[in-house]
Amino acid sequence: MLRFIKHNLTTIEGIDIYPLISLLIFTLFFAIVLTRVIRMSKAEVEELSNIPMDAEESRVIQEETVKQ
Amino acid sequence: MEVEKFNYDNKIVKYFAYATIIWGIIGMIVGLVVALQLAFPQFFNDYLGFKVLSFGRIRPLHTNAVIFAFVGNGIFTGVYYSLQRLLKARMWSDKLSYINFWGWQIIILSAVLTLPLGITSSKEYAELEWPIDIAITLLWVVFGWNMFATILNRRVKHLYVAIWFYIGTFVAVAILHIFNSFELPVSFFKSYSWYAGVQDALVQWWYGHNAVAFFLTTPYLGLMYYFVPKAAERPVYSYRLSIIHFWALIFIYIWAGPHHLLYSSLPDWAQSLGVVFSVMLIAPSWGGMLNGLLTLRGAWDKVRDNVTLKFMVVALTCYGMATFEGPLLSLKNVNMLSHFTDWTIAHVHVGGLGWNGMLTFGMLYWLFPKMFRTELYSKKLANQHFWIATLGIILYAIPMYVAGFVQGLMWQEFTPEGTLVNADFLKTVEALRPYYILRSIGGLLFITGTVMMFYNLIKTARKGSFQAEEPAEAPVTKNLKVSTKGEYWHRRIERKPVQFMILSIIVVAIGGIIEIVPTLVVKSNVKTISSVKPYTPLELEGRDIYIREGCYNCHSQMVRPLRFETVRYGEYSKSGEFVYDHPFQWGSKRTGPDLAREGGLRSNMWHYEHMIRPKDVSEGSIMPAYPWMRTDDLDISLTAKKIEAMQTLNVPYPEGYAKQAVADLKKQAREIAEDIVSNFEPDVLKNVNKEELIRDIEKKEIVAVIAYLQRLGTDIKASDVPK
Repeated sequence: MLRFIKHNLTTIEGIDIYPLISLLIFTLFFAIVLTRVIRMSKAEVEELSNIPMDAEESRVIQEETVKQ
Repeated sequence: MEVEKFNYDNKIVKYFAYATIIWGIIGMIVGLVVALQLAFPQFFNDYLGFKVLSFGRIRPLHTNAVIFAFVGNGIFTGVYYSLQRLLKARMWSDKLSYINFWGWQIIILSAVLTLPLGITSSKEYAELEWPIDIAITLLWVVFGWNMFATILNRRVKHLYVAIWFYIGTFVAVAILHIFNSFELPVSFFKSYSWYAGVQDALVQWWYGHNAVAFFLTTPYLGLMYYFVPKAAERPVYSYRLSIIHFWALIFIYIWAGPHHLLYSSLPDWAQSLGVVFSVMLIAPSWGGMLNGLLTLRGAWDKVRDNVTLKFMVVALTCYGMATFEGPLLSLKNVNMLSHFTDWTIAHVHVGGLGWNGMLTFGMLYWLFPKMFRTELYSKKLANQHFWIATLGIILYAIPMYVAGFVQGLMWQEFTPEGTLVNADFLKTVEALRPYYILRSIGGLLFITGTVMMFYNLIKTARKGSFQAEEPAEAPVTKNLKVSTKGEYWHRRIERKPVQFMILSIIVVAIGGIIEIVPTLVVKSNVKTISSVKPYTPLELEGRDIYIREGCYNCHSQMVRPLRFETVRYGEYSKSGEFVYDHPFQWGSKRTGPDLAREGGLRSNMWHYEHMIRPKDVSEGSIMPAYPWMRTDDLDISLTAKKIEAMQTLNVPYPEGYAKQAVADLKKQAREIAEDIVSNFEPDVLKNVNKEELIRDIEKKEIVAVIAYLQRLGTDIKASDVPK
């Protein structure tokens, strides 16, 4: 329904910069997240996804604490 | 290695769990009542025609109860359980936990009391009046404070993905609630929206769209990321996907609003990019669904005997369907048909019953045996609940989809001569009755299942012994902030909750600002129409009764620039017509016809009789009767204050007009009352004093409502309509 009033928004002077900024920020942000996520190591992924699992979790934490 | 011993607080989880079930059942029963009102309007009018049970008043009670009481308490149940365990820490403050609990129940109770009394702001899913809005804000701060303090005092390094969703939820809901709730109080129970017309609509639906995202979706995704792996006893399918899923979801949801609205002002290359992202909009939602379902890969045999997983699978499937349908509904040609019809109702119930309902049930079936240290009382009963609930969803959704198609198509149908086939709106209402009955049966099944669950869980609780303080231990981690070399960047953020919160605020705010700023400047861009004038005091009072009775639940005030609408209702609505509408009353559903051009269409006498006995005036009408408008005196004690409030909101009444308002109101009321009485049948007037009758009617609420209805859309029937 809002489409019928959107001419009020689209005709504001200089408004085109807003969707453009948001589009660019998003694209950039998305690209960064994507590349970093792809480059994540398997061990890390495994460790993180095991957090809710009780036994696994404490084992991982113990190992880390010992390392420190 | 030093190990610290502490206890998880299960009591707070139990409290919230019971609240979820009890409010859930209440909210669903209210839903069933409103559904039955549409299916059997005559019965309700004759035997249950009470003010406080009126459709327009309790339909918002249903939506608010289900969203904020059922799902709200469901969120707190899951968060209070999983947060403690994911952080290896008790909630930071028991006091705050219980303030959170009791405060939230008091807010719900105040909604249960105020909404049937007609105390409402009329902004959908944000109907509660200003004192309750403030209470919600404070309560939300209590919740956030407790959550962040717990996060800061945790005994693990990393924040699991579920917690990001909780943080995102907290941040976004705070922003949405505050921006949408700007209102100017007139009295303790009455306020006017700070925004008007187009602007009010933009803010309201920015809120509406994102409330679905951040109250019904993100917290439940968090719960899904905790409870599905727990129930399946295996980690989530892809942690990588969950990272992408999270950031894309919170960014895109907020971004989707402005994207749709500002689309045409984008240059071509950006539009193409926008199309790509529109398609990708489905991806983060489906990313979540697939991540949940694929967690069960190789463990589908477990689904057969694990009742929690069964509920979760249906929940995820419904989530997938609803999020696929959402973008579909935003397409121009689909929306043209679906808007204002029961299609929307079907869509939200696939989400509400399927996604939120089933996930909540699955979670509760898992939590009770755990907290009460026993087996579920009856697996068989739980399985029956599963099937009865699934059947309920199907029986609810399918008739509503069909009803949506049927009515949408009937509205659009033209004869070869170019006139509307169903010029009589009532024909399109009568066609829906069988679907309304079927839908009620679907709802009844769903409630029956929920009651069965309640019984099952109470029996489980009786059988077991509740562990209020669950002992746990974790190694003392002194240096949470130390990072290891070459560590993955996201882990660094995850470890620092404050930074994480700031980042999610920024992410949500970018989308928010990019939409809110144009929305705030749009006011100056709405063309004013010189013939559009502020409401007279009587019309304003009538409008407030229109709001009180929740007329917007069934009547829109927005004629779209489409042929089948303009032929039916008249000139399409112009933005400039709504500049004095605090709040806007466009509505979102047409159970009855649009009223944007109602003014002058019918006589005062017609409205008078129609309000008291709609069925006598239009045969087959399902509108509730409003006999109290004829018997109750119009409250004019606030009229002057209301005019002053409107002046504060820049509605151009002449200076000092507030003093004159009541006199003007009485004058206009007298005119309408005289007109009505002059149209009475002579034999009605035989034994009554005409003057006394006029004096009686002119004081009543009905006169104000008629004044308002007769004003609607008449301003631009006057001269200068801009093109």
